[in-house]
Amino acid sequence: MKEDIVDPVLEIHDLTVSYSRKPVLWDIDFSLPKGCIAGIIGPNGAGKSTLIKTIMGVIPSSSGYIKIFDQTLNAVRSRVSYVPQRESVDWDFPASVLDVVLMGRYGKLGLFKNTNKQDKRIALECLEKVGLQDYTKRQISQLSGGQQQRVFLARALAQEADLYLMDEPFAGVDAATEKAIIEILREMANKNKTIIVVHHDLQSVVNYFDWVILINMRLVASGPTQKVFNNKLIQEAYGGKLTLLTEIGNILEERQIPPREK
Amino acid sequence: MDDLVTFFSFSDPNIRYVVFGSILLAASSAIVGCFTLLKKKALVGDAVAHSVLPGVCAAFLFTGTKNISFLICGAFFTGWMSLLLIDYIVAHSKIKKDTAIGLVLSVFFGAGIVLLTFIQQSGNSSQSGLDSFIFGKAAALVGTDLVTFGVIAIILLVIVSVFFKELTLVAFDENFAKSLGFPVKSLDMLLTTLTVLAVVTGITAVGVVLMAAMLITPGAAARYWTDNIRKMVIIAAIFGALSGILGAYISYVAPSMPTGPWMVVTSSFIAVISFFCAPKKGIFAKWVRNNVNKTTMRDENTLKAFYHLGERDEDFELPRSMATLADKQRIGEKQLKKSLISLCSKGLIKETEEKWILTKTGVQDAARIIKLHRLWELYLTNYMHIAPDHVHDDAETIEHIITPEIENELEHLLGYPSDDPHKQKIPRL
Ligand SMILES: Nc1ncnc2c1ncn2[C@@H]1O[C@H](COP(=O)(O)OP(=O)(O)OP(=O)(O)O)[C@@H](O)[C@H]1O
Ligand SMILES: [Mg+2]
Repeated sequence: MKEDIVDPVLEIHDLTVSYSRKPVLWDIDFSLPKGCIAGIIGPNGAGKSTLIKTIMGVIPSSSGYIKIFDQTLNAVRSRVSYVPQRESVDWDFPASVLDVVLMGRYGKLGLFKNTNKQDKRIALECLEKVGLQDYTKRQISQLSGGQQQRVFLARALAQEADLYLMDEPFAGVDAATEKAIIEILREMANKNKTIIVVHHDLQSVVNYFDWVILINMRLVASGPTQKVFNNKLIQEAYGGKLTLLTEIGNILEERQIPPREK
Repeated sequence: MDDLVTFFSFSDPNIRYVVFGSILLAASSAIVGCFTLLKKKALVGDAVAHSVLPGVCAAFLFTGTKNISFLICGAFFTGWMSLLLIDYIVAHSKIKKDTAIGLVLSVFFGAGIVLLTFIQQSGNSSQSGLDSFIFGKAAALVGTDLVTFGVIAIILLVIVSVFFKELTLVAFDENFAKSLGFPVKSLDMLLTTLTVLAVVTGITAVGVVLMAAMLITPGAAARYWTDNIRKMVIIAAIFGALSGILGAYISYVAPSMPTGPWMVVTSSFIAVISFFCAPKKGIFAKWVRNNVNKTTMRDENTLKAFYHLGERDEDFELPRSMATLADKQRIGEKQLKKSLISLCSKGLIKETEEKWILTKTGVQDAARIIKLHRLWELYLTNYMHIAPDHVHDDAETIEHIITPEIENELEHLLGYPSDDPHKQKIPRL
């Protein structure tokens, strides 16, 4: 089930994504309205991270297209922000908390330019928003998992974007911090920013999200929470993978066949 | 001794060439190596280093001269080829990256050795010294080489400083860099090119076999000294330069010694020293910290013994014998003696006729520790709901580390209490 929208912030059209020819997302097709907090929900290996990475141009798609603010990604990069899964980097890197948050300013700076006082001020503000103002000089490996997650969030805030894509920002975060973060997200949504969050806790979905995207290798549903977040559709998303899809995917990989005839 | 003076006066132009050449190449490879290290591509550096040998030999075969520029071009070519080949194998077969690296490394190095043997047996008179590419020979450096190295080193330095921000970002979080629209592929190519360049400059002095060590070791050592990537790069460059000088010096004093291995040995030595002596992270620093902690605790415990005795006799300034003090705590006589001497030197106790007595400040200090101990016990029972008979051991440690700020907060939180959970008085200061 899928709710269509006029004038969407994000429009995904018939998107298929594969790893070495094996599709892990099939024909994803949905769009998102402006100013909503949307949850991407689905079991492990459903392709949630893959979907976000594809939207951000981190991995290429096999077919279909993505439009953000009715434009291609490259035209609107500076208005889009990405929060990767925390495990995707090595936290033993020689950098301080502030260094990492300043990286959020790099997109606006472009190549060759260095951060200035203004950037630093913004970074410090963002650190304060996530409650890490006392940790700015700390080496990043000396943070707890939840604090590292908040560093990533602060880095995203420092990007001052209009569309945010966050991969499990609540993983390993305690209840109080989670609440604080969702407050920040709400505030941003009120300012007409759109936030997409990969989320695992089904209990809090109704409270957190105005919009829900259920996926499991294919789109199960996309629409306002009260319309699509019901037992039937959740069952469908979590009721195991479609084994046939997996089998076909394996054959495509084995024979190295592209999912579309060119 | 004479050697030392002659060497470090740099009056002999040959020595100048060798030393500056070594410094330039060791420092620039250390700088590039920091990024190779942070990107976890140390093995790739090794593969490149081995793969330049066939390039050097082929360049010599084609041109028939030992002109360094040609050799560098050849080296650059095969170095790059090896990297492309590794990527190709990983992308188009089921072979994993480490296996592909090993494969390419040995094939290229093997080919290089074959070519080298061929050249040596061809009896070409100008080939002598080509084998120094295997282990390196800084003494073979001459003025024109130095110019070439200097240029390459400057190019490396300029590129690294111009792209510092970008290289750092890509090394830390490649996906995020991609999401910002940074040309990650090109930056990767850039780093690879820099690695190849660094290796190519290094091999004349260090040789292909050990070049990877010159790339990686200084950075790994520098990582011990700092958590800041800029400082890490600078320290690595200094370490590299240092091992360059020392390597050159040793092979000057003992001409039969190859430079490369000695540079690697000195740089490994620096790494070992860093491992032991670096502040905060080094083993030695940890050991010192540990010892300081131990002595402070020991001395404070002795002060407490005085205080407990004083509480019993209701007089804190009675002289105490070693035996009475030893009764009050669990330490040996030797330790107690040391502790008394150390307290004495801090003016907290005095000695009178084989006995020891608390000074005025000593009483104050002892009272503070007792106070902290009892405050903490109270905190544990009141706030963490731990049974009063379980709190003593915890407090035994915590009493030594509570700062004045925490002390204030504790007192405030507990409402300036007068008794601890065991109904003992909390001293007022
Ligand atoms: N780099 C990769 N190469 C090959 N297959 C991959 C790669 N990354 C992910 N996959 C596969 O793609 C599928 C989707 O993975 P993805 O990481 O998008 O799942 P997810 O929904 O984010 O899961 P999780 O909840 O565990 O984070 C999985 O079956 C996974 O095995
Ligand atoms: Mg994921």
